[in-house]
Amino acid sequence: MARIRLSNLRHTYQDRPHNDADWALKRLDLEWEAGSANALLGPSGCGKTTLLNIISGLLRPTEGTVRFGERDVTPLPPDERNIAQVFQFPVVYDTMTVYDNLAFPLRNRGIPQATVDARVRQVAAMLDLELTLNQRAAGLTADGKQKISLGRGLVREDVAAILFDEPLTVIDPHLKWRLRSKLKELHQRLHTTMIYVTHDQTEALTFADQVVVMNEGTVVQAGTPVELFERPRHTFVGYFIGSPGMNVLPATFESGAPRLFGRAVETAAPPKTTPPGTTLEIGVRPEFVRFSAAGIPVRIAKISDTGRHRIVETQHENVTIRLLVREGEQLPGERAFVSFDPAHTQLYADGWIVEGTRP
Amino acid sequence: MKTPNQKAWWLVVPVVLLVAFNALIPLMTVINYSVQETFGENVFFFEGVKWFQAVLHSERFHNSLQRQLLFTGIILAIEVPLGVAIALAMPRRGPWVSVCLVLVAMPLLIPWNVVGAMWNLLALPDIGLLGRTLNAVGIDYNYTRQPFAAWATLIAMDVWHWTSLVVLLAYAGLSAIPDAYYQAAKIDGASSGAVFRYIQLPKMKRVLTIAVLLRFMDSFMIYTEPIVLTGGGPGNATTLLSIDLVKVALGQFDLGPAAAMSLIYFLIVLLLSWIFYTVMTKDEAE
Repeated sequence: MARIRLSNLRHTYQDRPHNDADWALKRLDLEWEAGSANALLGPSGCGKTTLLNIISGLLRPTEGTVRFGERDVTPLPPDERNIAQVFQFPVVYDTMTVYDNLAFPLRNRGIPQATVDARVRQVAAMLDLELTLNQRAAGLTADGKQKISLGRGLVREDVAAILFDEPLTVIDPHLKWRLRSKLKELHQRLHTTMIYVTHDQTEALTFADQVVVMNEGTVVQAGTPVELFERPRHTFVGYFIGSPGMNVLPATFESGAPRLFGRAVETAAPPKTTPPGTTLEIGVRPEFVRFSAAGIPVRIAKISDTGRHRIVETQHENVTIRLLVREGEQLPGERAFVSFDPAHTQLYADGWIVEGTRP
Repeated sequence: MKTPNQKAWWLVVPVVLLVAFNALIPLMTVINYSVQETFGENVFFFEGVKWFQAVLHSERFHNSLQRQLLFTGIILAIEVPLGVAIALAMPRRGPWVSVCLVLVAMPLLIPWNVVGAMWNLLALPDIGLLGRTLNAVGIDYNYTRQPFAAWATLIAMDVWHWTSLVVLLAYAGLSAIPDAYYQAAKIDGASSGAVFRYIQLPKMKRVLTIAVLLRFMDSFMIYTEPIVLTGGGPGNATTLLSIDLVKVALGQFDLGPAAAMSLIYFLIVLLLSWIFYTVMTKDEAE
C-alpha cells in the first residue's frame, strides 16, 4: 500500500509530437492517498487508460515521474512495482483451471503452496467462484472469466495498488451491480489503494471517495463526488456528471454582475471585475432550478418522466433550460418563470469556473 | 394431394458429375485394377486380394514405408519447432513486418521442381556452392554417392522450402493474441517461458494443428523435389513411398500391384491424419 504521486507527467505515442493534440496526456500532477478508493472518469479516448498503464508500468511516460510513496518507480516494469491490474476484457489462461488461474500471480512470485491455497480459496469465496475452482477456465462464460481476472487482481495481499480498467464492461447488468458493491466492500476491508477507470459516472461515483475527471488528455477536476456535483470546475464536468447534465447558458458581464438574457443573476462566487475570457457562461444543474412566481420567463417544451422525478425542458428564446420536478408536484401552465438557487449557480469563463469572492 | 415435383433432382446433376469425374471414377478405376491381372489388350483376370497380400508382405514396400515415416518424422520434428521459433522472433508491428513476411513467404512461391533443381545444383560436390564449400572445409560430402549426405540434403531442402508455411501459420496465430494477455502476464509476473507455455502456445494450437496436418500430408506424399534432387538414390536410399509407387506403376508397368499399393498408401495417409487430428484436438472436445 502506498501513496501514488505523479509529477510533471506527459505522454505521447508519437515520435515527434508537433502540437498539443499529439499528446495523449498533457502535463499533469496528481496524487492518490494510500488506501484510498479512487476513480478516473472520462469519455473514451480521454487518456485515462494511458494514465492507468503509466501507473502500472506497462507504459513509460514520455516525461515526468511516478512515485509510490517516496520511491521513484518510473523506470520499473510492472512486476517490480508490485501492482495488480484488471483489464477491460477478460484475460484467462485457457489451459489452466480456475484455481491455477487464481494461483498464477502468487506462484510466479514463489509464494509457498499453503499460502497460495489459502489466498485462492479466500478470493474464490469472495467472488462466488468456489464451485468452479476445478473447472477449466476456458469453458466459463464472459462473466465468469472476468471474475477470474478480478480474482487475479485481488489475490495478492501485499500490492501497492490495484488498478481497474473498466472491469465491468462485459458483465451483465445485474451482476455488475453486485460486483461493484463487492469491490467497494473489499476496499473497506483491505484498505488497499484502488484506482478504477470508467466512463460510467454511476460506477465512478458509487465506488470512489475521490474522482478524477479527465477530458482530452487533461485533468479537468479532482474531487469528491459531492464537489463534482455541486461545484464543477469546468462546464465539461457539469455536463459529463449528472443526469441530465448541467445547464450551460450564454451569459454576459455588465456593470459588475453576471447577466443572463440581460437580467442580473446571483452566483455563488461573483467576481468584482469582468472575468478574462471570450465566452462567458452560467452553469446551473437541473436540480437547482425551480419554477417560481418571477424570474426568467420560459415556456415548457417537453416533459420526460424518469420515475422518481420528471425532467422538464423549458425554453427561453431558443435556449433550453432543464429542471427537475419531483413526481406529483404541480406543473405551471405553458407560460412560466424559473429561478436558480444562487448557492449552486456558477459563472464560467472559457469553460473554467470563475472563482470570485463568496458572499 | 399434389404430386411432388421431382425436377429438383436435375439441380444436383452438376455436382454429381463433378464428384464422379474427379473422385469416384478415378478411385473406382484404381480399385478395379487392384483386384485384377492384365497382360494388355484389355484382357483382365480377377485376382481378388492377391495384390494387397503381395504388397503388404513385400519387403520393398516395408522399406519404402519406413523411409517415408522416418522422413516425415524428421521434417515435422524440425519444421514445427523451428517455424514457431521464427514466428516468435519476428516483429509484431512496424515497417519490418511486411519485409519479414515477404522474405519468409518467398520459398513457398517457387515451383517444386525448381526447388529440386536449385538444390541439386547447389549441392553438387564439384560445381555446387554448398557441395564445393563443404568439401573445401574438409567434409567429405557427395550426395550422389553417400546415403547420409543424400538424406541430409533432402531434409535441408524440405526445411528450407516448407518451414515458411509453419512460420506464417504460427505468426497468424500469434498476431491474433490481444495485447491485454501480454499486459496481464506482465502484471502477474509471468516469465517469458510461462508466457509461451500458457498464452502463446495455447492460442497457437489451432493453427499449429493445421500446420502439422498440412506438413504431414504434404511430406508423406512428397515426390517432385526428391525425384529431381536424388531420383530416389543413391541406390534406394531416398526412395520414398511415392517414388516407389511411380517405379512400380510406370517403370515396371505392374498396374495391379501399383493400384493395390496406391490404396494402401491412401489408407495410411487417411489413418495417420485422423490420428493426428484426434490427438491434437482432444482437449477441446472435453
